[in-house]
Amino acid sequence: MGFLSRFFKVGNSKQNAKERLQVVLIHDRADISAGMMECLRRDIISVISNYMDISEEGIELELEKDKSSVALVANIPVLRVKRRLEGTPGKEEKIHAEGKKKRSQNRKR
Amino acid sequence: MDTRIIVVTSGKGGVGKTTVTANLSACLAKQGYSVVAVDADIGLRNLDVVMGLENRIVYNLVDVVENACRLQQALVRDKRVDNLYLLPAAQTRTKDAVTPDQMRYLCNSLRGSFDFVLIDSPAGIESGFRNAALCADEALVVATPEVSSVRDADRIIGLLEADGKNSINLIVNRFRQKMVDKGNMLDVNDVSEVLAVKIIGVVPEDDSVVISSNKGEPLSLGLQSPAAKAFKDITDRLLGKDVPLSLPQGEQGRGFLAGLMRMLRL
Ligand SMILES: Nc1ncnc2c1ncn2[C@@H]1O[C@H](COP(=O)(O)OP(=O)(O)OP(=O)(O)O)[C@@H](O)[C@H]1O
Ligand SMILES: [Mg+2]
Repeated sequence: MGFLSRFFKVGNSKQNAKERLQVVLIHDRADISAGMMECLRRDIISVISNYMDISEEGIELELEKDKSSVALVANIPVLRVKRRLEGTPGKEEKIHAEGKKKRSQNRKR
Repeated sequence: MDTRIIVVTSGKGGVGKTTVTANLSACLAKQGYSVVAVDADIGLRNLDVVMGLENRIVYNLVDVVENACRLQQALVRDKRVDNLYLLPAAQTRTKDAVTPDQMRYLCNSLRGSFDFVLIDSPAGIESGFRNAALCADEALVVATPEVSSVRDADRIIGLLEADGKNSINLIVNRFRQKMVDKGNMLDVNDVSEVLAVKIIGVVPEDDSVVISSNKGEPLSLGLQSPAAKAFKDITDRLLGKDVPLSLPQGEQGRGFLAGLMRMLRL
């Protein structure tokens, strides 16, 4: 086909157009409004704060777009990891206990 | 009377919104429906000249919403076909001259008195577009088979969907089969695939479009041509008729080489 298309002077700019469009649209459609981004940032802070102290000013949150994909990339400076889960007393112990149980079972086997 | 309010929009400028509005309006009127073509491109009035009604304008859309005249006084009746009216834009005002509330008021006064209201939207995604789309039940998005135009169409479709419009159809304009055959233009299938929206018609690149706008005579009122046929087909599909989507040949027709290439599936 390569030979024939060269012979008949078939262009391929159509394929270029289609591929570039698909990539551009992936990016365009991944555009998130400033308001949505702010909500996401607040939610992320509140979840992570259960587990560690983080520097809220230092947070970098963005949609990173490379050639054909989009990724949410977060850089969140950690100040201190918490020793125990705060806010939901008992939960941590329970999970901790289950973990212990599993580990001892594993050891038995 | 059930009125269908349809906005014709595109995002990108110069892709054929005004052409589509004028021709579909005339086509619908010719089929016996009562139609108002509304020029919502305030400040860049065009629909009047494309329809050939520029000499009979007395009042305009802004006069109506500012209560400087009654709606009936501003509607310009087309004498060549029954039941076709133009509501012209103001030429000496800007897009900010009309508020969303005023636009709603205008649409409400049109609703119930006509079968179709076609609104020619300005290019862009700002207030002018928003006003034009505000009261529309349906949208016709016009795009040419080029990267920038299809991209802008995608943006517009996103905005229309976010606004809750659920009848959105695409018109591919200035289609050139010859270029597609040579592998140098996006195919209709490519466009529908990337945009994931229904295509209601394909209008070929056609000199008759320019000739008709030179004369101020919409195609369906005069010239027979591939583009005229395309507008007729779109009109029929709007009316719910099942017209298969055939690709228009344009004025050039298909060459021997193109046919050979298709045979060889190049
Ligand atoms: N199918 C076609 N074949 C040939 N010429 C066309 C076709 N469609 C539109 N044109 C030409 O392209 C130009 C732009 O068309 P038109 O004014 O309808 O675009 P528009 O989207 O309304 O532009 P604007 O964004 O400025 O309002 C006009 O000169 C018109 O004659
Ligand atoms: Mg226009």
